Amino acid sequence: MQTDQHPKGDEQHYWLDDPKNVQRIMYFFYAGCVILLALDLVIHRHVLHSWENLLGFYPLYGFVGCVVLVLVATWMRTFLMRPENYYDDSGEAEKDV
Amino acid sequence: MWMLEIPPFVPFFIGALIAAFTRGKLRGVIMMLTPILGALHLWMVPEGIHLQFAFLGYELMPYRVDKLSLMFGYVFHIAAFIAVVYSLHVRDTVQQVAAMLYAGSGLGAVFAGDLLTLFVFWELLAFTSVFLIWARRTQRAYLVGMRYLIIQVLSGGILLVGALFYASENGSLEFGKIGLEGIAGWLIFIAFGIKCAFPIAHTWLTDAYPEATVTGTVFLSAITTKVAVYALARAYPGTELLVYIGVAMACFPIFFAVIENDLRRVLAYSLINQVGFMVVGIGIGTALAINGAVSHAFNDVIFKGLLFMTMGAVLHMTGRINGSELGGLYKTMPKTTVLCIVGAASISAFPLFSGFVSKSMVMSAALETGYDWIWLALLFASAGVFHHAGIKIPYFAFFAHDSGIRVSDPPTNMLLAMSIAAGLCIAIGIYPAALYSLLPYDTGYNPYDATHVLAQTQLLFFSALAFVWLNLRGLYPPELPSTNLDFDWFYRRFFPRVLQKLFAFIWNADRAVRQAFMVRLDLFLGYLSWKNDRLSGLLSRNHPAGSMVMWVAVILASYLLLSFMA
Repeated sequence: MQTDQHPKGDEQHYWLDDPKNVQRIMYFFYAGCVILLALDLVIHRHVLHSWENLLGFYPLYGFVGCVVLVLVATWMRTFLMRPENYYDDSGEAEKDV
Repeated sequence: MWMLEIPPFVPFFIGALIAAFTRGKLRGVIMMLTPILGALHLWMVPEGIHLQFAFLGYELMPYRVDKLSLMFGYVFHIAAFIAVVYSLHVRDTVQQVAAMLYAGSGLGAVFAGDLLTLFVFWELLAFTSVFLIWARRTQRAYLVGMRYLIIQVLSGGILLVGALFYASENGSLEFGKIGLEGIAGWLIFIAFGIKCAFPIAHTWLTDAYPEATVTGTVFLSAITTKVAVYALARAYPGTELLVYIGVAMACFPIFFAVIENDLRRVLAYSLINQVGFMVVGIGIGTALAINGAVSHAFNDVIFKGLLFMTMGAVLHMTGRINGSELGGLYKTMPKTTVLCIVGAASISAFPLFSGFVSKSMVMSAALETGYDWIWLALLFASAGVFHHAGIKIPYFAFFAHDSGIRVSDPPTNMLLAMSIAAGLCIAIGIYPAALYSLLPYDTGYNPYDATHVLAQTQLLFFSALAFVWLNLRGLYPPELPSTNLDFDWFYRRFFPRVLQKLFAFIWNADRAVRQAFMVRLDLFLGYLSWKNDRLSGLLSRNHPAGSMVMWVAVILASYLLLSFMA
C-alpha cells in the first residue's frame, strides 16, 4: 500500500486534465442523446404498453426519474444524515472498554 | 458411477481441510483447483436424486440435481474460482479456510433436496461467512460480525421451526414448492426473506458487507443472498406478495445509495436493488419471469462481484473507500478503471453487457402479465441503478475531483480475477444463448430486438444526462463523510436507548417506592415506641422489659397474698 501524494503541478499531465477534452466528450454525449431521441421517429417499436408509444417516453422517464431520485435523496439527508462516528460514540463503543 | 454420489459441497470441504494444513503457493493451487475440479464434476452430473436415506422416519435427500439448482451450482463455482484468484495474495488461514467452507455451504444449500439438509447448510453459511467479517480484526468488524451472526442464526432458527411445522403438516420434509399456506409456509418464507434482505430485514447486509475484508466481501456478495433467491424460486414461485416485496427492494435502496459515502456500502445497497428484480421475477412466476430471475442472479453474481473487486482494489491500494476521500484514480489505476466501467455497464444493463440480457426478461414478464405499475417502478429502479452504481461508483472513485492519491493498479492476481469477471460480463452480453441454454425453461426469448435496445439505451443516456445536468447546476449532493440512518438505527440506537430509559425509570421508581416504605416504617416504629414510652415509662424505658417487670411484680404480689391467706 503505497500512497504517494504528489503536490499538484510537478507530475504527468493527463488527457482528461484538459477541460477542452472533457468538453469534447460532453459534446459527443449530447450528440448521442439527440440521435437516440431522433431514432424514436425512425424505428418502429413493438410495444406492449400504450405509454411506450409516446414520443420520447423512455428518455423523459429516465431524465425525470433520475432528477426526482437525486432531489428526494438529497432531501432525505436532512433527517437521515449523522456524523461519521455516530454509532461509535454511542453505547456500542462504551461496551468495548 | 461412485463419483455421482459425491455432493458438490464435499470437494470444497476437503479443499478447506487441506488448505488449513498447507502454506503459501501450495495452498493457493489447492484453492484454485477445488472449484475447477468441482465444476468439471458438476458438469457431468445428470439431473436427478443422487443421494437419499431415511432419518428418523423422514426421507432426506442431501443431493438433488435439477436445472434450477444447477444454474446456481455453476455460478457459485465460477464465483468461488474468481474470488480465490482475487485473494491469492492473502496469507490468512482463517479467511481462506472460512471462504472455502462458505462456498461449500452455499453449494450444499442449493443441492439440498429436503428442508433439514437445507437448514444445516443455512446455518453453516452464517457461521462460516462471519469469519470473513471478523478477519478484518478490528473492534468495529467484531461488533458488526456479531450483529450479522445474530440475524443470520435467527433466520436459521425460524427455518428450523418452519420445517418442523411443515413436517407435521405434510408428513414429509421434501424441499419443493411450499407456498404461503399455513404457519409452516409463513415461517419458512420469513426465514428466506431475512437472508434475501427483504426491506426492514435488509440492514444486516448493508451493515456487514462493507465491513468485511477486501476479499471477503467478494465471496459474501456472491453467495448468501443468491442462496435465498434460489430458495424462494424453488418454494414460492408465483407468490404475488413477492412482486410487491421485490419492487420495494428494487426501489428504496437507490435513494440510500445516492447519499452513501462508503462506496462498498453503495454497492451493498445496489445489491439489494438487483435482488429486488429477481424477487419480482419469482413473484410473477411465469416461465419467462423465472428464467429472468435465475439468469439475473447468475449475472449479478459476476458483475456485482466485479464491482466489489474493483472497489476492493481501491481500498487495498489506497486504504480508503469513502467517495469524499477518493477521486482522480484513473490516472494511475487505468486498468482498474476500465474493469470498473465494464462492471458498471453490466449492472446498468447496457446492451452488449450481461445485465441487459437478463433484466429485460423480468421487465418484459411484468408487462406481459399486466403488472403495469410494477413495470414502471422497475423502469425507475433501472434508471436509478445506473445513476448510483453505473455512474456514481466509477465517477467518484476514478474521476471527479483529483484527490491527489497516486497508487498503481493492484497486484496481478487481482487484475486477473477482475478481467475474468469482466470477460464473462461481455461474453454473456454478446452471446446470451449460452446462458439461456442452461435456464430452467425454454422460452425462445431474444433481448436484442430494436425496440428493447433503443428503449434501454435511451433510458440510460438520459439518466446520464440527468446526472450531468444536476452536476452542472450544482444540485448533485456532494459526497460527505457521514453515517446515514437506516432501519438498523432501531436496534442499534432506538431500542437500546428506550430500554436504557425504561430500566432507568423502573429502577428509579423502585427506589422511590422502597424509600417511601422505609420512611413510613420508620415513622410507625417511632410512633409505637413513643406510645410505649408513655405506657411504661415508670419501670423501664422499653416496653417489653417494663411490662415484664410489672407482671413479675404482680405475680409475686399475688403469690404473697395467697400464701398469707392459706
